[in-house]
Amino acid sequence: MGSYIPSTPAERREMLSAVGVSSFQELYRDVPEEMYRPDLDLPEGKSELEVARILTALAGKNRAFPTVLRGAGAYDHYIPSIVKYIPAKEEFLTAYTPYQAEMSQGILQSIFEYQTMICRLTGMDVSNASVYDGATAAAEAAAMCRDRKRRVTLISAAAHPDTIQTVKTYCYAAGEAVEVIPEKDGKTDLAALEAMLTPEVASVYIQQPNFYGQLEDVEKIGEAVHQAGAMYILGCNPIALAILQTPREAGADIAVGEGQPLGMPLSYGGPYLGFMATTAKYMRKLPGRIVGQTVDAAGARAYVLSLQAREQHIRREKASSNICSNEALCALTAGLYMAAMGPAGMEKAAKQSMAKAHYLAEKLRALPGVELVYSGPFFHEFVTTLPHTAEVLSALEEAGILGGLPIAGGVLWCATEKVPKAELDRAVEIVKEVLGRWS
Amino acid sequence: MNYPVDYKYTRSHEWLRDDGDVAIVGISDYAQDALGDVVFVNLPAVGDTVIAGESFGDVESVKAVSDLISPVTGVVCQVNTALEDAPESLNEDPYGAWIIQVEDVTDCEDLMNAEDYQAFCEQEG
Amino acid sequence: MELIFEKSVPGRGTEYLPACDVPEVSLPEGLSRKAPPKLPELSETDVSRHYTQLCQRVYGVNCGFYPLGSCTMKYNPRIDEEMAALPGFTGIHPLAPEGATQGCREVLATARRLLCEITGMADMTFQPAAGAHGEFTGVLLIKQYHDARGDRKRCKILVPDSAHGTNPATAAMCGYQIVNIPSGPDGCVDLEALKAALGEDTAGLMLTNPNTLGLFDRNILEITRLVHGAGGLCYYDGANLNAVMGLARPGDMGFDCVHLNLHKTFATPHGGGGPGGGAVGCKEFLKAYLPKSRLMDGGDGIQVRSFAGNFLVVVKALAYLLTLGKEGVPQAAENAVLNANYLLARLKERYTPAYDGLCMHEFVLDLSQLKKETGVSALDLAKTLIDYGMHPPTTYFPLIVHEALMLEPTETESKQTLDQAAEVFLNLWDLAHEDPGYMHEAPHHAQIRRPDEVRAARTPILCQPE
Repeated sequence: MGSYIPSTPAERREMLSAVGVSSFQELYRDVPEEMYRPDLDLPEGKSELEVARILTALAGKNRAFPTVLRGAGAYDHYIPSIVKYIPAKEEFLTAYTPYQAEMSQGILQSIFEYQTMICRLTGMDVSNASVYDGATAAAEAAAMCRDRKRRVTLISAAAHPDTIQTVKTYCYAAGEAVEVIPEKDGKTDLAALEAMLTPEVASVYIQQPNFYGQLEDVEKIGEAVHQAGAMYILGCNPIALAILQTPREAGADIAVGEGQPLGMPLSYGGPYLGFMATTAKYMRKLPGRIVGQTVDAAGARAYVLSLQAREQHIRREKASSNICSNEALCALTAGLYMAAMGPAGMEKAAKQSMAKAHYLAEKLRALPGVELVYSGPFFHEFVTTLPHTAEVLSALEEAGILGGLPIAGGVLWCATEKVPKAELDRAVEIVKEVLGRWS
Repeated sequence: MNYPVDYKYTRSHEWLRDDGDVAIVGISDYAQDALGDVVFVNLPAVGDTVIAGESFGDVESVKAVSDLISPVTGVVCQVNTALEDAPESLNEDPYGAWIIQVEDVTDCEDLMNAEDYQAFCEQEG
Repeated sequence: MELIFEKSVPGRGTEYLPACDVPEVSLPEGLSRKAPPKLPELSETDVSRHYTQLCQRVYGVNCGFYPLGSCTMKYNPRIDEEMAALPGFTGIHPLAPEGATQGCREVLATARRLLCEITGMADMTFQPAAGAHGEFTGVLLIKQYHDARGDRKRCKILVPDSAHGTNPATAAMCGYQIVNIPSGPDGCVDLEALKAALGEDTAGLMLTNPNTLGLFDRNILEITRLVHGAGGLCYYDGANLNAVMGLARPGDMGFDCVHLNLHKTFATPHGGGGPGGGAVGCKEFLKAYLPKSRLMDGGDGIQVRSFAGNFLVVVKALAYLLTLGKEGVPQAAENAVLNANYLLARLKERYTPAYDGLCMHEFVLDLSQLKKETGVSALDLAKTLIDYGMHPPTTYFPLIVHEALMLEPTETESKQTLDQAAEVFLNLWDLAHEDPGYMHEAPHHAQIRRPDEVRAARTPILCQPE
């Protein structure tokens, strides 16, 4: 049996007697007897070697595809080696939340740097230290926007389905109304949105690029939202932001997004991180931890968790959110990724992802029965029709390629800078071959 | 600790000064001392209704937040927005740094005069 | 230390990507950003050294004693990290087909089975990403249950006054009014106050047991019986499960749902504030209300974040559970309690516990007497400890104790570490009497002196200007 308890049996006896009890059981005298020490059905403890065998075998039951043409909220970008190694340093890994600033300057500064990078990427003034993921960032942003008179949240049907469901759940919890703006041709239906913009609407959430990969006319939507006096939340892909109009330029009041593409592996869905940034005007409404710069008693530059009076441990039931944990290590990773890639590397990843997706789309649509479902401009994801979807996808999988995601009305494909042209060509050949077999 | 006689006081440590048509509200010297360094004030907007005995905003220090309780029922006609940029004036000059002015006052809590309030504070502290 | 932006040199950088091998395309007009983001431009050497310097200014559990009450800062085994970093886990897309994700599914199923057994629950979700997120999910189970029954008058959640701030904040996020239940003189729930608060409007009770004072509420069965009698449900905040895991189960105490902090009790690292894991378990009758992923599972149930949660955190927790097993789980709890009681026994020579008697895995000291005598506050003592290479305990919590210091040594500390820590605490008691001024100014040898938090909050600088 493995154990991480250092004390020896002799030491334990010594300690028990120092406490003034004769057995462990005596320490638990307040626990009602009828519930004390149930005989739990747990496996015998194991050595490290055995545990490593078991988990390695479990990992072996998965299949990691060398080529991934599937996104839908989790993106397979290249992660520089240094981005994998630094966050594994034990100090970063095992530290608590940096409440003791005097011994946590490293984490605090890393978060301050992350906040700054997110601000520069989004064009916003203030970022928090991250939240759980992109979907919760959207839900927290919607909560930020509600005031006494405006309570309703609108979210585009073209947003990520998990984001829509999470926002709906947070609104259900708070007893607040949420409505889904219909989509038209794979984009948010602007006319429908305009009709929904009543004086009760607090905020509108639009995703850019949206779930179908389409680029929304975010500026025009923003004008309509602001004209109606509501707040505008944009959900962004952080890699796309290296080249795409910033949320600030598009008129957003709050920018949020899934930070996974910034150096986090796919990991079956997590840990990821949600980023949240806003304008100076809404600084004090931003939930979650925020690091601020100040000076210490000797006048030296220092960092602290700041604006804490917004948070649950002080404001308790009056806090706007219960959030306390952020995803600090993921924020460190994201900051590190942006620092390693630099503006040029980020731009390259964005441009190549877009170019490869367009190349794949062109090649696929040349095949019989495969058509682009939506005609608008897209970033690195697109939807096609695909006859014999199941057969095509399983043929791709056999060849080590995770194909697009089947969704209502077609298949949602994605390409990133990580996939070489030869792999894209090979994927298209396989699709062609399967379709040929069936026609 | 300073307890000026031309003010009236609540048990939650706000002061009220009757200025003819309007009632002026702030926090007492005792309150600012108990809070410590004030770092932010959440203010209501002009036109908001305040109700006697209910919160109309709050004051934040680094590690605490304290509700501001209105001594009167009425309509906010002026807000001291200078506090947004200089919350420290609540510490430096609690009786000068008013927070809101209220008109159309219809109801007022039972308030203490300076002498009673001083006794109340000395008992609390 | 310089900020990373201050080390940036225009034009510097490392090539991580090959040249583009397909035709380039450009964004439609008007959709490009006006200027590239001002991210730092550095060589890999610069990046490596910068983060190494930051790393040297971080204090982790691997650096030394971390008796941070309520946070269960136990040792985080390296094997758990190695397992979670296997490409067979990190390389799996959450929407990969079922046949390609059998290992992930088995990890979740096994962890679910073991943790349900430990908590006495019937089912469990791993979607919540942290403790507070788990609370939110748990209270939503209660809300859905009442809603499904059309029982809409239940608008109140009861929370003891010793609770973590997240409890009332969570209940408020779920649209409930909060009723604070005062603690009795013994530090536990005041039964009479509880009875008085219960009624037809009670949706549920949120309780941590052992509570934040480190006391196991011996009336627990009576408490949950009373709440059920009024038609409410009982939610177990698993923040303090480390004291009783394998020895007493929330399900047996009468709780209907529970959240666990995988990053406390099950040894996954805190990462400087996350990622955590806030698994939520429930009894059979609440199973239908557990969150799902719209995209992975379909359906229209509640969902609290995307996909299946912080999967890699579950891998780590599973590695830990498999290592400890049937004997190791209760042994960890017992030794956590022993270590806390031993440290308490040593500190009692000088310090006053907030509640006398035995404690569970943590205890609270009340320093109000010391403050009266010397002017040295709990904060001063905490800051002085930093100079002695120790992470300070939790200060000023729970709120019902003045000048509170809350210590939780955990089971992974040796007797020698506890003895050394006790010596430091006892010496500081003397120092407080001899030279309080020194302690007011502490720390003296840390990375920084005390930061000006007032200035940080009054004139916030939250981002480095371009």
